Amino acid sequence: MTSETLVLSILLFAIGATGFVVRRNAIIVLMSLELMLNAANLAFVDFSRQHMDVTGHIYVFMIMTVAAAEAAVALAIVVRIFRTRRVVNLDEINLMKG
Amino acid sequence: MGIDNLPVALSVIRPELILAGTALVCIALDLLYKPADKMPCWAIAFFGCLAALAATIAAWGTEQEAFSQLVRMDNLSNFFAVVFLMAGMITLCLSASYVQREGLMAGEYYTLLLISMTGMLFMAQANDLMTVYLGIEIMSIPVYVLVAMMQKSPKSPEAGLKYLLLGGFASAILLFGIAFLYGAVGTTQLADILRHAPRAMRASDPLFLAGVGFLLVGMGFKVSLVPFHMWTPDAYEGAPTSVTAFMSVAVKAAGFSILIRVIVLTLHPMAATWSQIFWWLAVVTMVLGNVVALVQENIKRMLAYSSIAHAGYVLVALTTGSQLGVQAALIYLFIYSLMNLGAFGVIIAMSREGDQGVHIEDFTGIAREHPMYALAMAVFMFSLAGVPPTAGFIGKFYAFSAAIKAGYIGLAVIGVLMSAVSAYFYLRVLVVMYMKEPEAGPEYGAGPWGATVGAGVSVSLWVCALSILVLGIWPGWLNHFAHQALQGLGCLL
Repeated sequence: MTSETLVLSILLFAIGATGFVVRRNAIIVLMSLELMLNAANLAFVDFSRQHMDVTGHIYVFMIMTVAAAEAAVALAIVVRIFRTRRVVNLDEINLMKG
Repeated sequence: MGIDNLPVALSVIRPELILAGTALVCIALDLLYKPADKMPCWAIAFFGCLAALAATIAAWGTEQEAFSQLVRMDNLSNFFAVVFLMAGMITLCLSASYVQREGLMAGEYYTLLLISMTGMLFMAQANDLMTVYLGIEIMSIPVYVLVAMMQKSPKSPEAGLKYLLLGGFASAILLFGIAFLYGAVGTTQLADILRHAPRAMRASDPLFLAGVGFLLVGMGFKVSLVPFHMWTPDAYEGAPTSVTAFMSVAVKAAGFSILIRVIVLTLHPMAATWSQIFWWLAVVTMVLGNVVALVQENIKRMLAYSSIAHAGYVLVALTTGSQLGVQAALIYLFIYSLMNLGAFGVIIAMSREGDQGVHIEDFTGIAREHPMYALAMAVFMFSLAGVPPTAGFIGKFYAFSAAIKAGYIGLAVIGVLMSAVSAYFYLRVLVVMYMKEPEAGPEYGAGPWGATVGAGVSVSLWVCALSILVLGIWPGWLNHFAHQALQGLGCLL
């Protein structure tokens, strides 16, 4: 069941997850998140082709819609934080700890 | 599958349709009324929940799948729907005055709450991993907004961002798991996965096992099990208190509804594997939740760690993988909802504008000024600690006895020990309330303590406290309903 596409999608997912953990800029973290979602999309399309089944394609549409909604909310929150505190660095967004 | 069946099948998602429709009416009404008076929005939201609850109760006992088996209504989904809607209605009661005091945008607030509950109902009815994913997102995205909504507190958007980033991370992992399972099985219907699971286990199919692992991690985030709990304290502390109450109860119960549906019921053939994982997760969750709660000064943060610990107790019941265990988990979630909502209700009543006065020290001596609130808080704290005759004891009793019957005696012992640890930080609140003199500062003496609280909060505190005491003395009927909820799910042993 492994194909080059699946390997690529796992690589993309790993890059996204690494970026999510390592990068401190909120916008770049969001981009990493999108990369992870798109890695999942690629896996879905690949398996869809292997099984000759349309379910995977439907997933891709759903995921794109949800990702757009999530990004909209995320950017709105980042903008709100930036307006009051002038930071987008996650290490400086630290009023709460413990 | 047939398109002709669609109109008939709408009855399966009637509660969801009612809630979604109510949300639309609510946001439309919001345009018509001035910001100062949003009571019509509140009333519409409340009665929408009531109607959805009535539709759910009327559907008790039906078992039907719809939309090409994407959703399935059965007693399990109806049980969870009752928990969500009950929690939603109590949250609405707690919110009415709080929203006004904190200057939240009321129309949007109620609408987002309704949409979030719609997503939870879909999660409870999930019969396909696609419904699981979409349900989670319909539930989570409105909650991200609700958490970040408070204008007066700089913590609120920060909490929202942290919750959103880690929630999104969890959904991405979950989604990757779904993709793997789809690759291994060829469909994402739970029934097909159940059929495929024994074969995948025999062949130890790496794709299937990795998919299940990713799913577990994603769900662990949603119910805040310990290695995946980092977002919980920050999100709970920064969110508006009424939203914290909602998250700690309804969102967590929704997470458990898919955990039960997907892992415990669907992957039952591989119970030997996941129950080992659950064992460890339950232990570290209970230990870390309870121990870190000991040192918290902010009561919302303390209850956040306490809610992590309670997820551990539910997981103890689920580790057994038996019918008794799942039943105990359902009972626990129902009881936990009531006591946690009540505790947050008292915090809402005792706090002041801008979410001030949420430190444990701020509760010093309130027994003298506000004896009823202090009494209610005492009931909730005893119940959370699991002291008889409160319902919290019953919940823990069922959970631990299910573990003992399944042979997990060590797990039950750790659970009991950790409950003993938890008694320390719950009873500390009581000590502060009853045995210390209030400080005679103008801040506490003259301020309008609790004066801004409307009737909704008192009513919901009465409801929660009385039902906790009643359930603690007569738990039989809840046990009966939880038992019925699991009938017709033949895969349980």
